Amino acid sequence: MQNVLAIWQREMKAYFVSPIAYVVLTLWLLLSGLFFYAILTNVIQSTMMQSQFGPGSQPVDVPGIVTRGFFGTMSVVLLFMIPMLTMGLFAEEKKRGTMELLLTTPVGHLHAMMGKFLASTTFLLIMLAGTWVTISALFKYGQPDWKPILGAYLGLLLYGEGLLAAGLFISTLTENQIVSGVITFGVSLVLWLIDSFSSGASGAAKDVLSYLSVIGHLDDFIKGVIDTTHVIFYLSFAFVGLFLTYRSLESMRWRS
Amino acid sequence: MPENPPLYPEMTVQSYLHFVAKIKGTPSAQRKTQVEDAMDRCSITDVRDRIIGKLSKGYKQRVGLAQSLLNNPEVLILDEPTIGLDPKQIFEVRSLIKNLAGTHTVILSTHILPEVSMTCNRVVIINDGRLIAIDTPQGLANQQKGAERIALLIEGPREAVRQKLASIPGVMSVQAEAGSDAQPAGFTVECKLNTDLRRDIANAVVTQGWGLLELRGVSMSLEDVFINLVTKEEV
Repeated sequence: MQNVLAIWQREMKAYFVSPIAYVVLTLWLLLSGLFFYAILTNVIQSTMMQSQFGPGSQPVDVPGIVTRGFFGTMSVVLLFMIPMLTMGLFAEEKKRGTMELLLTTPVGHLHAMMGKFLASTTFLLIMLAGTWVTISALFKYGQPDWKPILGAYLGLLLYGEGLLAAGLFISTLTENQIVSGVITFGVSLVLWLIDSFSSGASGAAKDVLSYLSVIGHLDDFIKGVIDTTHVIFYLSFAFVGLFLTYRSLESMRWRS
Repeated sequence: MPENPPLYPEMTVQSYLHFVAKIKGTPSAQRKTQVEDAMDRCSITDVRDRIIGKLSKGYKQRVGLAQSLLNNPEVLILDEPTIGLDPKQIFEVRSLIKNLAGTHTVILSTHILPEVSMTCNRVVIINDGRLIAIDTPQGLANQQKGAERIALLIEGPREAVRQKLASIPGVMSVQAEAGSDAQPAGFTVECKLNTDLRRDIANAVVTQGWGLLELRGVSMSLEDVFINLVTKEEV
């Protein structure tokens, strides 16, 4: 266990020594602020217009609409940012020649994998915490329902874990960080597209595709509904990613 | 320790060594002393807070060596530890390796044969993936040399000296360096194995009135041994 902590600590320090952490965090916060503002003004404008056309129209849940739009958008932004977090995790070790150092220690694979996975998860948590700055504004000026917000954060966390596990696996496949990042990005893009394919398909194909849609499962979370189907999906997704990572690391032993 | 030691260039020497000590399973009570000890033995205590990426190759090599000492392994395998170092650093690393004898078994892999004669007790020669010799450096040299060799620097008429030397009993051949008679000339005398003809040769030269400027026994170098063994193998 102390090995996992040691690796986690080293990885966190490494994140904040390289420019990657700062670039990702800055962009993330910037985008979250911009999107929040854009969505908020959009909603306010359209509800103002609506009330002009007829009095007695239903009260509009502005905060609800804003959070749904916001978290939906941010989930797509995450799709693009996570490759940056995971691309170096194992690829850099290979390039530097430190892979053997990590893997030849007793129980090396498991500890290295868990340490790095936890480090990237911690980073994801920092990113999610950063969005609280904008969301808290809703609480200051309105009375948003806290359940969808909590659900959304939980959903984003699980969704992020799945993507991080996939990215971790991909980074074990190559020495080159850029290639690792691009492949992860490509895979994430495909997962995103499956979402739009699923709405166009029909029958059994539609069921399969919509189950695989990584973003689709988020919808319920954002609405405030915590359905175990989705939780299981994300956990399984993350598990598969980690399993593949473990196998990939093991195969390095006999590959060379 | 591989040729390019596994270092994290963004870490400081001290934090790197602590990290390695942790993942190698060193009990936490002993970690600090082991790290300090390794730094001390490799003479890197003065750069403990420097970032590894900014160190010179010699220092990086020493950090790599320090890392390999952590958790007191019984056997150390060092691959080309002095590659790329300047003469001073090469000397320091070699003394370091010699000092490891006694507390660790060291297996050194290198192409620099003088390094082997200098630091190792036993030599293993591998060619084309096959083991072709295991012995002490001296043992190998003794095994391989066909004759005793003596190198001389003599002032005197070349041809006469050559003939006189060749006439000494036990001398198998005499080779003279080319040049004019006015300059002192180098001679290499090959004698039968296990004879020591240095006294006889010295007497012969001096009684003739020639200047004996230098006389020394030449042992076979490890390079010669290596080349002998490897070319023999190819036959």
